[in-house]
Amino acid sequence: MTKFLIIVTGILGLAVVFQILRTFQLAAKLRGKNDWEVTDHENKTQALMMPIFMVFFFGFVIWQIMRWGHLALPEAASVHGEQTDMLLSVTWWIITPVFFITHILLFYFCYKFVYNKDRRADFYPHNNKLEMLWTIVPTIVLTCLIIYGLVTWNKTMTPIAEDTDHVLIELYGKQFDWTARYAGEDMRFGDANIRRIAGANVLGIDSADVNAADDKIVKGEFHLPVDKPVQFVFRSQDVIHSAYMPHFRAQMNCVPGMKTQFNFVPKYTTEEMRQKVGNPEFDYLVLCNKICGAAHYNMQIKIVVESQEDYDKWLAEQATFIASNEEAPVQPEKPEVVEAEAAAPAIENDSTKTE
Amino acid sequence: MSAHAEHHHHEEDFLFKYVFSQDHKMIAKQFLVTGFTMGFIGMLMSTFFRLQLGWPGKSFTVLETFLGDWAPNGVLDPDKYLALVTIHGTIMVFFLLTAGLSGTFSNLLIPLQIGARDMASGFLNMLSYWFFLTSSIIMLYSLGVEGGPASGGWTIYPPLSALPQAIPGSGTGMTLWLVSMSLFIVSSLLGGLNYIVTIINLRTKGMKMTRMPLTIWAFFLTAILGVLSFPVLFSAALLLVFDRSFHTSFYLSDIYIAGEALGYDGGSPILFEHLFWFLGHPEVYIVLLPALGLSSEIISVNARKPIFGYRAMIGSMMAIGFISFIVWGHHMFMSGMNPFLGAVFTFTTLLVAIPSAVKVFNYLTTLFKGNLVFTPQMLFAVGLVSTFISGGLTGIILGDAALDINIHDTYFVVGHFHIVMGLSAIFGMFAGVYHWFPKLFTRMMNNKLGYAHFWITIVCAYGVFLPMHFMGFAGMPRRYYEYSNFPIFDGTLEIGTIISVFAIIAALGQVIFLINFVYSAIWGTKAPKNPWHSNTLEWTTPVEHIHGNWPGEIPEVHRWPYDYSKPGKELDYVPQTVPLEEGELDEGNHH
Ligand code: HEM
Ligand SMILES: [Cu+2]
Ligand SMILES: [Cu+2]
Repeated sequence: MTKFLIIVTGILGLAVVFQILRTFQLAAKLRGKNDWEVTDHENKTQALMMPIFMVFFFGFVIWQIMRWGHLALPEAASVHGEQTDMLLSVTWWIITPVFFITHILLFYFCYKFVYNKDRRADFYPHNNKLEMLWTIVPTIVLTCLIIYGLVTWNKTMTPIAEDTDHVLIELYGKQFDWTARYAGEDMRFGDANIRRIAGANVLGIDSADVNAADDKIVKGEFHLPVDKPVQFVFRSQDVIHSAYMPHFRAQMNCVPGMKTQFNFVPKYTTEEMRQKVGNPEFDYLVLCNKICGAAHYNMQIKIVVESQEDYDKWLAEQATFIASNEEAPVQPEKPEVVEAEAAAPAIENDSTKTE
Repeated sequence: MSAHAEHHHHEEDFLFKYVFSQDHKMIAKQFLVTGFTMGFIGMLMSTFFRLQLGWPGKSFTVLETFLGDWAPNGVLDPDKYLALVTIHGTIMVFFLLTAGLSGTFSNLLIPLQIGARDMASGFLNMLSYWFFLTSSIIMLYSLGVEGGPASGGWTIYPPLSALPQAIPGSGTGMTLWLVSMSLFIVSSLLGGLNYIVTIINLRTKGMKMTRMPLTIWAFFLTAILGVLSFPVLFSAALLLVFDRSFHTSFYLSDIYIAGEALGYDGGSPILFEHLFWFLGHPEVYIVLLPALGLSSEIISVNARKPIFGYRAMIGSMMAIGFISFIVWGHHMFMSGMNPFLGAVFTFTTLLVAIPSAVKVFNYLTTLFKGNLVFTPQMLFAVGLVSTFISGGLTGIILGDAALDINIHDTYFVVGHFHIVMGLSAIFGMFAGVYHWFPKLFTRMMNNKLGYAHFWITIVCAYGVFLPMHFMGFAGMPRRYYEYSNFPIFDGTLEIGTIISVFAIIAALGQVIFLINFVYSAIWGTKAPKNPWHSNTLEWTTPVEHIHGNWPGEIPEVHRWPYDYSKPGKELDYVPQTVPLEEGELDEGNHH
């Protein structure tokens, strides 16, 4: 019944609107005009609306900056992030004036040059000099921006040299959580392949690989020492994820079947950052930033940045792969896996192909 | 009178006039109505998911009424949130702004403005529409299948889109998405080839390339972009079909999902990304160029002034079109591809800003010292210039790989592309409808409703998409169902609510347009032959549609289309059919 009423009301409403339109149309006709012809009055009103809209528009932009500006990410917590932010500021300083000036011209011209039947528009089809001018000026500005951008990009993306003292960590994404693996003393990860995933061996690590023994696997949160370069290696088990660490100005996709990487140097400990943002509950996070399924919106892991001592202490408390593998109740699975490998050398080839 | 005209003058039955029509004007209307219908559905979807984003977790009866078990107890399901976003994006980009925009105006204006009786092949043109309609129906049908429609984002990256275990929409829904898009691509190719051939071959006497209106140039370049890039999407889709159905490993490798290691080996999702964006980026310009063409024409007519820098406008469209083929990697800076490629793509991407800047300055100079008539189409064209500026400028940030690291896939991107591509193209399309309504429906649209429509739309559009930039700078990822799991985003809740309020008003504002459209098409005031005092050829055809467009000979063209307010002329416009006077310069054709 209600549905029926809604439909009837809708139809009646439309009929009323159409009748009103019809009346306008006829009234215009009676006055010897067409309802579609732009009257002088309408033209003036619309022209006046232009600067009014501009004021609203600029006002809205400024209002947002004042109201929501503080929501922007705080100061970069990584060393390269400073440069990223600097590049961003420079870009803003170029863009913002252009935004305002072109808009002012646009709306001012609309207001100023409104139709007047006693006037004729200027017949001004082209001017090669002017056109050269506004091809060359943007070209120069953009060339500078491109060079500046590329320098920053190259610096950011250069992997850490092997001989630099650094932390090596693997971040492993799957629907819908993250696992971190530290390479351990030997600074090498044990081979891993999804075909070996079984029981507690969630990363599919090859327990026969000597490099695997001292690997450390953690969930829920992982720690980083402050001021020391971190080399990340990313893997995914199922679909593409993206490890987004906005406070460090860092992001990289995690792609099944390949390894990707990113590195940065954390600059402030979690504690320092809490003071900076004035929030005692602040935490660094990895968020998933590539659509990966229903719970994509809640795929996160906490990062704790702390002093080298605290970090060493924390890391010492984490079990190595070999230890956790030995005490795991799924122990019997281990030989099985090894057997399977022996029987099918193809899998062995597999695990090395992504190296 | 030729045999041609006679042949067409006898009575056709209804079916062939309205349904299986091969007349470009009817096909244009079919594209328009189908495109707008899809667009309204896409817009409705966005208001539904905006309800969830604006008021996370709140129950809305309207969601339950419209979406049924997608919104149990009136709260949208997270899976179905992604489904809505995906289909919304697909519909808006392809169905509304590719087929709806290009299909309508290329069809309507190419023959009319170059002086041709119809498209080179009316039959292929008809097929193009029917493929499009079938593809639309399949896309809508996919909403109802088991597991829901495709839900992996409009970019359908595998493995998510390849594995039903990863997301339910990657089952039958994804299959239908691929079928639908394949038909869509066929439609687009048939249309595009037809447009190109028609423009090259069927121009009337005197219609040199450099006397073509900028609309035609835009459609021409758009068709070329489409013909060169859509096949690549087709191959990408085909390989995806193989991976999904025949267990090949083009895109898949080393996957363990739902407790099982799958047999895929050696493929790379990055290959898909390359193929997808090789279409995907030109696609942005397939959407945008027609809008730029339409608005160039509209601004010139309504400013009563020649478009400034006609040749530079053509040159910049060519440059944009060309560059758009070598920038696709800017969508993949964070994909894991070699950073050196990232550097190359930064370089090419930022180059696009140069021809874009030229276009903006040329628009501004066209307005300068014009004699501006503010018809609704003029307002929308001015709106387009504004959104093209606003969105283009944020592109300079996103195109810079070093900056993209931190805003890639955040709401900043959503704000950026909606403004530069969504709004610009939509504004261009609206402008086109208001301007060429008389050629489509032989009647005029109502002005006052047009004004209301424009102001509500532009205010709300900026109200929706500007705040998204702030969410992006707060580090908020896109394609998130809600943000309540992240205390760091607590302060941003009100941004979402404000956006949603604007989105709802914007959607309601489109009802004004709908009413105006339907009313005017049926009862609107009869159009005069040349209501806007325009120079181009379409206004020399009779108001009532006839086959072959001109009752007698096709008129000959003697000058470029932008002789507005030319000194020494009595009227402030000189149609292209008026011969040059002794010693008079043809502006587009001398330097
Ligand atoms: C009523 C106006 C519109 C509103 C309120 C709206 C809103 C949104 C929002 C909020 C998203 C992002 C959702 C997310 O990432 O979680 C989105 C996605 C998208 N929208 Fe719109 N939109 C509108 C119109 C348009 C138009 C005109 C276009 C045409 C270009 C468009 C194209 C897209 C695309 C391509 C996506 C991405 C879909 C994806 O992530 O797979 N939208 N829209
Ligand atoms: Cu994820
Ligand atoms: Cu692009």
